[in-house]
Amino acid sequence: MIRVQQEDFDVGAELAKLAAGNPGIGGITSFVGTVRNHAENQEIQAMTLEHYPGMTEKALEDIEAEARRRWPLEASLIIHRVGRLEPGDRIVLVATASKHREAAFESCRFLIDWLKTKAPFWKQEETVEGPRWVAARAEDDAAADRWTKEGA
Amino acid sequence: MKLYYFAWVREKVGVKEEVLTPPEGVRDLAGLIAWLKERSPAHAEALADPRMVRVAINQNYVAGNPPVGPEDEIAFFPPVTGGAP
Repeated sequence: MIRVQQEDFDVGAELAKLAAGNPGIGGITSFVGTVRNHAENQEIQAMTLEHYPGMTEKALEDIEAEARRRWPLEASLIIHRVGRLEPGDRIVLVATASKHREAAFESCRFLIDWLKTKAPFWKQEETVEGPRWVAARAEDDAAADRWTKEGA
Repeated sequence: MKLYYFAWVREKVGVKEEVLTPPEGVRDLAGLIAWLKERSPAHAEALADPRMVRVAINQNYVAGNPPVGPEDEIAFFPPVTGGAP
């Protein structure tokens, strides 16, 4: 299941919902991304996430389907927030549930690495010098590429 | 043809979206970009460096020079930066 929303999410409630009704689940891995108060030694006052409605949902569904093709998952969830967020706010939740921990850990990491380079979101940071668009990083491509080599 | 712009591409072009009818000679992405760049200095600046701009046609990423048609939804945007640090 995927969701794109402005409002915050309750991690505990989301994880409980994810596992509800499936006692075959043996473990859930979750990753929560949050807004940092600095980037490249500069203070960040806030961040605005823009996205491509329609394509975003499609891209997230594709990424989730790919994870479920690669690992035996009982349930999965991606929630990505958009709009203006402040330091400390949650941006993204990825959670995967499986019979065994290995699939849950690996697929969770895969999802967060892949969505970063594949889902159409853009971040603009507010700094004392004014707003600036976050540039894509080569390290992110490398993290996503790791899965191309290992997966296939 | 429906065109969308996101992030700094949107800021440079000056609009979020526009509906345009390119001339019949515009049949592929390279032709469309060349035609858009002639429309205004803002379009020309936004699309100046093709290495900095990603393209989606009908909400799918494309590479190279695919064909484009009057019914297509085409989006121009910078490399994506979602997710977590």
